[in-house]
Amino acid sequence: MAKAKAIGAAAARQHGSVGDVAAVTAANVTKTFGSGDDGVVALDDVSVSIRQNEFFTLLGPSGCGKTTLLRLIAGFELPTQGDILLEGEPIGHLPPYQRPVNTVFQSYALFPHMTVSENIGFGLQMLGKPQAEVASEVERMLALVRMEALAKRRVDQLSGGQQQRVALARALAPHPKVLLLDEPLSALDLKLRKEMQIELKHLQGETGITFIFVTHDQEEALTMSDRVAVMDNGKILQVGPPREIYDHPADRFVANFIGETNFLTAELTSLSKSGGRVKLPSGKTVAVTLADGEFSEGQVTVVIRPEHARLTKAKSKTTLTGVLRNIVYIGTDTHYHLRLPGDTPFIVRTQNQRDTQESYQQGDELGIEISANAVQVLRD
Amino acid sequence: MVDVAKLRQIAPPRRPFSIRSLPGFTAIAIVCFVLLYAPLLPLVVYSFNAGTSLAFWEGFSLRWYVAAWENDSVQDATILSLIIAVTAAVTATTLATMAALGTTRTKPYKGLTAIYAMINQPLMVPEIVTAVALLILFASIKAATNYHGLAYLIAAHTAFCIPFAYLPIRARLEGMDLSLETAAADLYATPWRTFRRVTLPLLWPGILAGAMLAFVISLDDVVITEFVKSAGQDTLPTYMLGQLRRAITPEVNAISSVLLAVSVVMVTIFFFLNRRMR
Ligand SMILES: Nc1ncnc2c1ncn2[C@@H]1O[C@H](COP(=O)(O)OP(=O)(O)OP(=O)(O)O)[C@@H](O)[C@H]1O
Ligand SMILES: [Mg+2]
Repeated sequence: MAKAKAIGAAAARQHGSVGDVAAVTAANVTKTFGSGDDGVVALDDVSVSIRQNEFFTLLGPSGCGKTTLLRLIAGFELPTQGDILLEGEPIGHLPPYQRPVNTVFQSYALFPHMTVSENIGFGLQMLGKPQAEVASEVERMLALVRMEALAKRRVDQLSGGQQQRVALARALAPHPKVLLLDEPLSALDLKLRKEMQIELKHLQGETGITFIFVTHDQEEALTMSDRVAVMDNGKILQVGPPREIYDHPADRFVANFIGETNFLTAELTSLSKSGGRVKLPSGKTVAVTLADGEFSEGQVTVVIRPEHARLTKAKSKTTLTGVLRNIVYIGTDTHYHLRLPGDTPFIVRTQNQRDTQESYQQGDELGIEISANAVQVLRD
Repeated sequence: MVDVAKLRQIAPPRRPFSIRSLPGFTAIAIVCFVLLYAPLLPLVVYSFNAGTSLAFWEGFSLRWYVAAWENDSVQDATILSLIIAVTAAVTATTLATMAALGTTRTKPYKGLTAIYAMINQPLMVPEIVTAVALLILFASIKAATNYHGLAYLIAAHTAFCIPFAYLPIRARLEGMDLSLETAAADLYATPWRTFRRVTLPLLWPGILAGAMLAFVISLDDVVITEFVKSAGQDTLPTYMLGQLRRAITPEVNAISSVLLAVSVVMVTIFFFLNRRMR
């Protein structure tokens, strides 16, 4: 316990300037369900710090442990090992009703026997706030989520989007230090979902509350977050701003999970502090960026995003060459599916312009130019 | 051209399977209905007979209802029945609510099966066996303490009412979204306040339904009451049983009809509550 606290405090200080304590820190948290052979390790030694006032997203495939991490922060589960810290204070032992953290549940979990107003005021009432304060705060929340007209409605008479707003208002009303949102938009249709994404982001800015948002939709994660943690199999694989996660994925899983990408086997020929050079299968050598971690010269996997490559008919000087197999038009973009020598698939994405450009035919042998800084060496 | 009408004739649209489409379903249903309800008809009809006969109709009158109403023994028995039924129903429902919470709102634990077996004892052990067992047990307690009061009847009624109260409450709890209680805890409600503000209000229809059922079950019990009661403690059913050994008058019909009406009303409310729960 004492050790976990020390580690946690160190982790809490790790980000931001000195004295800037992390809003939430998970310090070496392991969570196992069941025991023995049929025990499930839902979280495997997870350490992460979430900054104050941040829109932080947990992104990962189904079953990777996102909900479990949220439930540990909220206090619905206790960690098997490690501790959870809130503003530097260990809270792992506190029951949920003593943690200044609120949750927006995936199923909303609105109280069906209460009106919209009563739902929103519930948390404040439980905190023992005077009636007048509860009432005025409920008013403010109703206005914030634009539900004033429906204050007296029963919650089972609301649409999905309206229920979503009430759930949000109910969780925000007690002014928690951290708001946890477990896939809150997954039950909404696409249009409403886009609206709510903007609204959520706006609310986060307005309230200044730290949001921890769970999703398995990578686009949602990239558009809304200040920082994203990509999870798989109970582990956090990479934490960073959307741009960094997208442009510099740490490993194969992250590269694959976020956006489309091309994988090539290459040889790392030289290493420097900030990067290195690799020799591609075509024999050409290019400068590369390296993911965090230890690297040594030799065989590595590199990734190149489809939009960081360009096709040209002059194939003598380009980094790579390939045979065009397929052209897929998707409105804004066109995807060119090529095969490199050795039968490696490679995709090039080009934005469609009005004054359209050269036209390529299936079977053409083409050159592929790669933008500077677009080749990234993966960790694995 | 395909003649659609003709095709339909050859292959009529298949209806999904329904038990009602089985041959003889309607006939069997009618027979059952008649067997169950036909005997009640003369009982109710002759409660309004002007004469003393249970076989000859001598005109309409409410005299037997008046007679029953003015009969001191009937009054005493009614009051005793109500005291026992209300006390037993309230106690049994309280215990059943706690039992239902203890068996659905906890992680599965060892001994859960034993608890189910205990709660459902009255449904599994023949009533006459329980009655004899209680007779022997209470007889020795009565001898030892010289207490002959109502507590024995109330305790016995409470015990056999528990499973009837338990089942609807448990059904309601199991149908309740667990995340509501989680949400309450998340919103700073202590376990007790979560129970008071969220669990209990949502559980009410189930509790009322359970209490209703327990009340009716207690009200019409004969076997256990007959074995457990001390001298002079007659409930309506045991009073009627005593009357049947003597001359039968339509007064018994009148009491039966009232009991029937009470049961029907209670069970109707029970079903109504049950339906609203969905
Ligand atoms: N109460 C529990 N008992 C046993 N295993 C559990 C429990 N809760 C979660 N798990 C397991 O832990 C792992 C992580 O579950 P979790 O719910 O955190 O996943 P998730 O990332 O939220 O997935 P999803 O996107 O499907 O919601 C899964 O393998 C799951 O089966
Ligand atoms: Mg989940």
